[in-house]
Amino acid sequence: MLLNIYIDWAFVLEKFLLVAVIVTLSLVIAMYTTYAERKVAAWLQDRRGPNRAGPFGLLQPLADGGKLFFKEEIIPLASSKFLFILGPSLAMITATLTSAVIPWGTSLHLFGRDISLQIADVNIGILYIFGVVSLGVYGIMIGGWASNNKFSLLAAIRGASQMISYELAMGLALIALLMMTGSLQMSVIVKNQVANGWHIIYQPLGFLIFFVCALAECNRTPFDLAEAENELNFGYHQEYSSMKLGFYLFAEYINMFISSAVMSTLYFGGYDIPFVNEAAWNIDANLLALIGFAVLMAKTFFFLFVFLWIRWTIPRFRYDQLMNLGWKKLIPLALINMVVTAAVILWLKK
Amino acid sequence: MNITQILVGSLSVITLFSALMVIISRNPVHSVLWLIVTFFSISGHYIVLNAQFLAIVNIIVYAGAIMVLFLFVIMLMNLNRETEPQKNKWLKLAGVLSGGSLLLVIVAALHTGDIKAMAQVKEGDIGLIGTLGKELFSTYVVPFEISSILFLSAMVGAVVIGKKE
Repeated sequence: MLLNIYIDWAFVLEKFLLVAVIVTLSLVIAMYTTYAERKVAAWLQDRRGPNRAGPFGLLQPLADGGKLFFKEEIIPLASSKFLFILGPSLAMITATLTSAVIPWGTSLHLFGRDISLQIADVNIGILYIFGVVSLGVYGIMIGGWASNNKFSLLAAIRGASQMISYELAMGLALIALLMMTGSLQMSVIVKNQVANGWHIIYQPLGFLIFFVCALAECNRTPFDLAEAENELNFGYHQEYSSMKLGFYLFAEYINMFISSAVMSTLYFGGYDIPFVNEAAWNIDANLLALIGFAVLMAKTFFFLFVFLWIRWTIPRFRYDQLMNLGWKKLIPLALINMVVTAAVILWLKK
Repeated sequence: MNITQILVGSLSVITLFSALMVIISRNPVHSVLWLIVTFFSISGHYIVLNAQFLAIVNIIVYAGAIMVLFLFVIMLMNLNRETEPQKNKWLKLAGVLSGGSLLLVIVAALHTGDIKAMAQVKEGDIGLIGTLGKELFSTYVVPFEISSILFLSAMVGAVVIGKKE
């Protein structure tokens, strides 16, 4: 039997490089978000923040990473070892998987090939993000259960039920968006916004619901019930030490970065440059793609800042308040938004 | 042998192995995790058939939601290896016999049946969301609506049971 496999090696190499670049980028950005978090917190609280390691404390994240790697690694005796290690790994994997369907720009034209700045333009873009987000629960649940500690388990169950509850409202808010674009493909959604104006103009309520749910999905304040220190000691990662703890904390920052990018893509035009018609500029397409990428990054950084801003401004919800907000306020609002959008679309098309 | 065949072959091996591990694992939590692996490899099959929508819905609904509920129940009831009830020997024997005869019937049925159409691999838009939506809301609209009423009644039932104090 002859193994006759035809593989387009240039294509594989191109995608491999793209994946490597995007994953590295999201890791570096997540790393510096930890720095930004401290600086923003310091700024909001009239402090200086980290300023010892390097100029302006810029090497602080590296020092933190180094510290975490050299800490003693403790695996509790009563835990199930494989699952204990699987938990943080899953958290990291699901955090980095989502970036695959985000269109980071138009396409570059290099070496006679058109290189799309999107790893996979799949037919089901948004649903893919949902699928990966819904798997993010496992990192928390498995870690919390494998620690064999009742606080970890309680926190894990809290975190999982919170994520499941807010996923519903998030999905309903997105349905209104999908009715407007008629496609789940991320590239089509961005192109639709380039042509017709950003979705935030048509879907302000939808965006608000999506944003609140994104906060909840990332386990950020005011929704960080899973790591409520005063009730649950340290939350689901109580038994974790060394870089395994680091991975859990780090995955949160990657999730923040990715969900900021998703929000910019879905509601704020993605790589579209605001207020101008860049197609009429008549400049090099490669340069335009890079400018588009920079614009998307600027939007993403703005949302990252909002995440940090909220964390240092708003106190945490109580658990019943969280569930009330999710089930009794956000879901009905999202349903109303959906029905109104559907009615308007029908009325306009008649 | 091309790349699709290799993919289908390895996916099938993973599916069968993880499905077996679901049954063999002593710890219920491990069983659930193996079941999630099974769902993933089945989704892989769907992707090979270019049924992207089915693949992702399989992951969202089964791996993402239903299995989380399974985990919830197992974790809350604190089921583990020690508390798993040991079935008696005759019950196990009966299980093996009935499972074996079901396998026999399936193999016998598939053995003589002729394959009418081969599955389309990598192409065909039957599994894409646009096609699927149009079919569901035109050709199959009545069964679709009836099944949604079924879901609604299940939901109402769950709320009623949950509210009973």
